[in-house]
Amino acid sequence: MAADKARTQTIGAVRRTFAPWNDPTATPLIRFENVAKRFGEFVAVDGVSLDIYEREFFALLGPSGCGKTTLMRMLAGFEEPSAGRITLGGQDLAGVPPYRRPVNMMFQSYALFPHMNVWDNIAFGLRQDGMPKAAIKARVEEVLALVKLEPFARRKPHHLSGGQRQRVALARSVAKQPKVLLLDEPLTALDKKLREDTQFELMDLQMSLGMTFLIVTHDQEEAMTVADRIGVMNLGELVQVAPPAVIYEQPATRYIADFIGDVNVLETKVVTAGAEGVELASEKTAYPLHIAQPLDAAVGDTAWLAIRPEKMRIALVPPAHLADNCFEGVIWDIGYLGDLSIYHVELACGTRIKVSQPNVSRLVERPITWEDKVWVTFSPDGGVVLTR
Amino acid sequence: MAMAGEKGRGRLLVIAVPYLWLLALFLVPFLIVLKISLSQDVIAQPPYSPVFDIAGGWAGFRDFLSQLSLANYGYVLSWDNEFIAAYGSSLVIAGVSTALLLLIGYPIAYAMARAPKGLQPMLLMLVILPFWTSFLIRVYAWIGILSPEGFLNQGLAALGLIDQPLEILNTDLAVYIGIVYSYLPFMVLPLYSALEKLDGTLLEAAEDLGCTPFKAFWTVTFPLSLPGVAAGALLCFIPAVGEFVIPDLLGGSDTLMIGKSLWTEFTVNRSWTASSAVAVLLLVLLVVPIVIYQNIQARQLEAGR
Repeated sequence: MAADKARTQTIGAVRRTFAPWNDPTATPLIRFENVAKRFGEFVAVDGVSLDIYEREFFALLGPSGCGKTTLMRMLAGFEEPSAGRITLGGQDLAGVPPYRRPVNMMFQSYALFPHMNVWDNIAFGLRQDGMPKAAIKARVEEVLALVKLEPFARRKPHHLSGGQRQRVALARSVAKQPKVLLLDEPLTALDKKLREDTQFELMDLQMSLGMTFLIVTHDQEEAMTVADRIGVMNLGELVQVAPPAVIYEQPATRYIADFIGDVNVLETKVVTAGAEGVELASEKTAYPLHIAQPLDAAVGDTAWLAIRPEKMRIALVPPAHLADNCFEGVIWDIGYLGDLSIYHVELACGTRIKVSQPNVSRLVERPITWEDKVWVTFSPDGGVVLTR
Repeated sequence: MAMAGEKGRGRLLVIAVPYLWLLALFLVPFLIVLKISLSQDVIAQPPYSPVFDIAGGWAGFRDFLSQLSLANYGYVLSWDNEFIAAYGSSLVIAGVSTALLLLIGYPIAYAMARAPKGLQPMLLMLVILPFWTSFLIRVYAWIGILSPEGFLNQGLAALGLIDQPLEILNTDLAVYIGIVYSYLPFMVLPLYSALEKLDGTLLEAAEDLGCTPFKAFWTVTFPLSLPGVAAGALLCFIPAVGEFVIPDLLGGSDTLMIGKSLWTEFTVNRSWTASSAVAVLLLVLLVVPIVIYQNIQARQLEAGR
């Protein structure tokens, strides 16, 4: 219990207030300045500028081939930028080989040396630094304890389970106490349960080590769980950089809204726009759509309403004060997930929208079923209007 | 049970074929050679005695056994004869050749494994290409290159580098050149297959942890290629010890190799029994490296699984 209390006073407190990116006086640890990378004709990274702060847990998120791994490899020194520059703690990294950079990487394949046991794998980096034997021993033991692998120190990697190998890779990459730890899809090879547990362990580890972590992942849940901020990449460009909640609730573009989580995107016309909110009109519904979001747009402009399935309510009867923010339709399909049910509602125009409802009671027979006529409503702060 | 029996019989048949092959074409001939090595030379047809005759029955067999002796081994292993020196010299020549092959073959295999993927099949082809010509012809070709009036001496003389032709042919140097040239593919191919399998991210990991590329080679690449090194070395060393054609064609009269000694014992001295003893001893000498080689092969197969 004492440990839990200490945790709320340290980790919790830090997590709650940590936001150096909002502090104009804070100096970033890592700066990508207009970094580009071309492989022949192919542009892998296209003019990315990004600041990452000390002790930050930053996630680069995007589909495969979006350039996130290339961006990380440029920081590690395995690729040189074609244009732009990368600085770490104020030092320009151009021309600095990987073995002189104060960053370490945990590889997706773990890249454990198969001819060395766990101990030697972890000691490898320390030995390269010419550390005295006793210090190496102390540090390896410390790191082994950190990842709870002491009994396996003398085992070869191929005699370990996937989860244990992942821990060895992690231990090896933090052993040298790098300024920045790079994690390239570190949990992809683990099964779901273990992956979820490990995500929280990674967060705690990052806190207790006080290191800056940069993780590359294509798994949005993973990015949202572990990261202080997420940078979403697409086609070599950084599309949005923000904390997870902002990425989810206020996506900058339709691409991000669609990439992160489930969303209904409806094309609409702006009826009125102002500082208090927007009124939209759509062919999908006869009712006006009111969104509590300031928007700088002209009347008649095209805008997209993005609304998440869980932000809508579904009912078999029309709501009492039906005036706006409503869709009428017929249940097309139901997906029962146990905790949630996902309703696919077909609107009169043929468009289908997704609405999810928590299954709060243990009723096996659902009140709403196939081909029922339903009314779907949402509150003015449930949706977000996008112009891109 | 009936099914299992049928399946068992099928499996037995499949396994039996290679074993029967080995039995008929390896073990039986070896036993014949072993038997001859324990016999005595006679001027007769066949030129050794005793000859096992099934008609003699049990008594005949015991009589046959009592006539076998280790006398030939005493002869071969006697210090008065040159066989021990020939065994030693063969081991030295094969050992030095293997070391040279490793020094030359490793960089070739390394460069091949590092070459662009599309180029690798062609490079492999180039390594294997010499096999399309007869081994004997390729060794003969070296006579044309190394002889006093051969291409090498002519070329060096034309460049003004030498006045007198170099004495290479009919020396141990020519034997080394011949062995290294002929056995190079046997060194390069296993090395290449070991290096080609190497995961490039291991080297990145080594560099990431502070290794220079040079040090990463010695701490990661080389140790991981050791099975290939061992396979290549043994694949060259084992046949090189018993090599006959190369020392016979390229070596001098004082080049001492056991294959040549065996040949002389068989054709000049006409002693089937002593030459059989030489062959059996050569096999005994090579059993140790062959077993090591088999072990490595088995371990690699297991690791590959």
